[in-house]
Amino acid sequence: MNWETVIGLEIHAQLATKSKIFSGSATAYGAPPNAQANLVDLGYPGVLPVLNGEAVRMAVSFGLAVNARVAPRSVFARKNYFYPDLPKGYQISQYELPVVGKGTLEIVLEDGTRKCIGITRAHLEEDAGKSMHEGLAGASAIDLNRAGTPLIEIVSEPDMRSAKEAVAYMKKVHTLVRYLGICDGNMQEGSFRCDANVSVRPRGSDTFGTRAEIKNLNSFRFVEKAINFEVARQIDLLESGGKVVQETRLYDPDKGETRSMRSKEEANDYRYFPDPDLLPLEIDSAFLEAVRAALPELPDAKAARFAREYGLSEYDAGVLTASRELAAYYEDVVRRLGGEPKLAANWVTGDLAAFLNRDNLEIDASRVGAAQLAGLVGRIADQTISGKIAKDVFEAMWESGRDADTIIAEKGLRQITDTGAIERAIDEVMAKNPGQLAEYRAGKDKLFGFFVGQTMKATQGKANPAQLNELLKKKLAGP
Amino acid sequence: MSAALHARGLAGLAAGLAKREFSSVELARHLLGRLEAAQPQLNAMISITTEAALAAAARADGTLAGGQAGPLTGLPIVHKDIFCTEGVRTSCGSRMLDNFVSPYDATVVAKLKAAGTVMLGKANMDEFAMGSSNETSWYGPVKNPWNTAMVPGGSSGGSAAVVAARLSPAATATDTGGSIRQPAALSGVTGLKPTYGRVSRYGMIAFASSLDQAGVIAASAEDCALLLGAMAGFDPRDSTSVDAPVPDYVAALALPAKGLRIGIVKEFFDKGLDAENERQLHAACAVFAKLGASLVDVSLPNVGLSVPTYYVVAPAECSSNLARFDGVRFGHRCANPQDLIDLYRRSRGEGFGAEVKRRIMTGTYVLSAGYYDAYYLKAQQVRQLISADFARAFERVDVLVGPTSPTPAFPLGAKTADPVTMYLNDIYTIGANLAGVPALSVPCGFVNDLPVGLQLIGPHFLEAKLLAAAHAFQQETDWHTRIPRDWP
Repeated sequence: MNWETVIGLEIHAQLATKSKIFSGSATAYGAPPNAQANLVDLGYPGVLPVLNGEAVRMAVSFGLAVNARVAPRSVFARKNYFYPDLPKGYQISQYELPVVGKGTLEIVLEDGTRKCIGITRAHLEEDAGKSMHEGLAGASAIDLNRAGTPLIEIVSEPDMRSAKEAVAYMKKVHTLVRYLGICDGNMQEGSFRCDANVSVRPRGSDTFGTRAEIKNLNSFRFVEKAINFEVARQIDLLESGGKVVQETRLYDPDKGETRSMRSKEEANDYRYFPDPDLLPLEIDSAFLEAVRAALPELPDAKAARFAREYGLSEYDAGVLTASRELAAYYEDVVRRLGGEPKLAANWVTGDLAAFLNRDNLEIDASRVGAAQLAGLVGRIADQTISGKIAKDVFEAMWESGRDADTIIAEKGLRQITDTGAIERAIDEVMAKNPGQLAEYRAGKDKLFGFFVGQTMKATQGKANPAQLNELLKKKLAGP
Repeated sequence: MSAALHARGLAGLAAGLAKREFSSVELARHLLGRLEAAQPQLNAMISITTEAALAAAARADGTLAGGQAGPLTGLPIVHKDIFCTEGVRTSCGSRMLDNFVSPYDATVVAKLKAAGTVMLGKANMDEFAMGSSNETSWYGPVKNPWNTAMVPGGSSGGSAAVVAARLSPAATATDTGGSIRQPAALSGVTGLKPTYGRVSRYGMIAFASSLDQAGVIAASAEDCALLLGAMAGFDPRDSTSVDAPVPDYVAALALPAKGLRIGIVKEFFDKGLDAENERQLHAACAVFAKLGASLVDVSLPNVGLSVPTYYVVAPAECSSNLARFDGVRFGHRCANPQDLIDLYRRSRGEGFGAEVKRRIMTGTYVLSAGYYDAYYLKAQQVRQLISADFARAFERVDVLVGPTSPTPAFPLGAKTADPVTMYLNDIYTIGANLAGVPALSVPCGFVNDLPVGLQLIGPHFLEAKLLAAAHAFQQETDWHTRIPRDWP
């Protein structure tokens, strides 16, 4: 049978507030265990939550960025379950009335087509702490530093039809929250993670198959692998006459498989009800407009502008706007150059990206700054060096941290555009290779490349390639 | 030491301190002696904090000597053991928290401390404030000072008993469904439950968050007014506290009862009300009439649904609020837990008493999938109707009156076998909690040598009006000045 995959994602993005969502404790990552847990985070008797206004602003900015309706009145609810890293015995979340309602996000697929993914809702909630069981001789330890960290849970519609689409959507949300400055996007530290709801159905069917939820996926690669595994598992099961059961599964990255965690029957009854310790969250139009006015230029708008203003391809514009920092770097280079947007784009998406990738650096930590790259690109534009030489100069800049001009001068890499000098070099090459010269003149045109190479070598690659070609053709033809 | 010292109210004691008739240390020592002496018979206290009290009194004497004293400086107080007190055991009447020494002060405690009051100790109470007779306490029942075979009411039974026996001039208390007013009535003292949001709940161990409110029990409305002024106000740590100015409640006592429109709640004079009790209430209404108030009959058509509504909403919230007592971070932990589930089961099974368990189970049930709409949601809808009844009534009258409790104090053990009979004790008080309006109880007579209370209910944030009405009544009557003969 021909199967269709149906995927919906629940993305948890940790909001980049300084303090927790309901207490004044710091949220910084990496503090000693329980150093950032005060009486509210510990769920002490008598303590009460107080909502962090900054977390609300961040959630609202997300809502506006996905063109969602921001609820004028939303309600915090308690999700009740017992676990040692959940100090109060309930998680404060939003249930029936979330702060952000229906929105949409557009993704670009590999073949360049665009697809709209529906966002069902996004709600504010607090994170739980962490339980540790390993290396403790049968005991468990609890670190409540993360307890009470603000999250938005972004729930998508079941609109994705492949693991690749799911990854594209997740990446798009990742880009967006970082643009908005509401999440650092650090997946290793768990700041951005997702649960994937996966089901399959016969192609053409208009009802959904039974879904499995894969919990806590914290890398794009794992999302893709886990979904692909799960899809294959479900299809195998169905084709061999079995049934998919509704359950929660965990992805094991070491084995590359998903495993059952608990079935629907074992699932908790969370007994949601409105949290009586918190008033309904009311958002008026003045607040909404203030947040809207403070929104940065968003990725799609920026990419469209790059394509329009700089004459870039849609693909390049997309790459350059993948992060706010990269886009800012690129625009800085162009501004310093006063032009050459395409050449600058080639360098930023080409050599610079490759070196960043090789050294595993973010653009902010680039060893060649925007001013330096502009200096290099400027020398290509004014023909001081060739593009080929520029690659060597760039590498030298990366290693030494010095400017292009310094390196060009020091290594004598300035391009030779003096006709006399190039002619002299050609004469020498012709004198050294009489045999090849004779063959060429006898009609073996292929040897032209040989002479180009030899002459370039003689000039240490500095000869202006166009000039070289022209002069060589003339000289080889003979007097 | 004057034998009448403990018979004075807060205002009288403040005057005595100001005039150096006695020091705060002398006053504290006198009352601490009475508390200790009464403990075997009344069991009104869970902790008596003698050393800390004397140290605080000495500091207050310094403040008094330095001329820096405020109206409450050096005055003794007892806190219900539901309020967190830094460095002092805060048990909430439960085995679960028998070992819990709070690392912080509740806002109410901190405010009264800052005002210079001297805490004598922590009052006994029904476990987690769940009870109407103070018989659910892990520390044993409190006895009624008027007759030790009788209950003092609950859940603030200890707070009511210490004031009734004049072991302390005042005590803090909390009221979720009548826990200030009912024990005040059964013990012959004055108790005020303020508007929901008037006093911070921070540091008050939660029972039912949407109903809980801190208040005060004292010998008179005047003393309640004095304390409320120091307790009330917005607290940035409690999102449900209301940012409204705190009036001068003492100054407002001068408001005359003349012209006051008093509504007699028809539904409260039902067949459940003790006939003798009813007679006393009518006599009390006559006092208001004599003072120039007008009396009209008022109906709260949905108030009869208060008890079932309350016993859905309150257990639901309690089932969630009490989840944090899991044996992991504080409180009772069972010996040698085998695994996590065993830790939870035995820690909670051993730590909580029967009434608390009953309410946790009820609450868990009404919130569970498939039952939420039929119970919790429906109860919240009825709650809206009840609130609307009160709002409509207050368009016509200034204050509502009725009984606080259907009967005077009943014998210990009389109702423990039947929870529903026990729950019906709060039939007249729960409405004010559901509507969030302020209410108080004043002594208005005796039936079989046991005190009965008159309940006054007012509109949101008009505690001043309620206190003034109660004060006017107490200027005309002496019920509130009566002291049980065993505690002269």
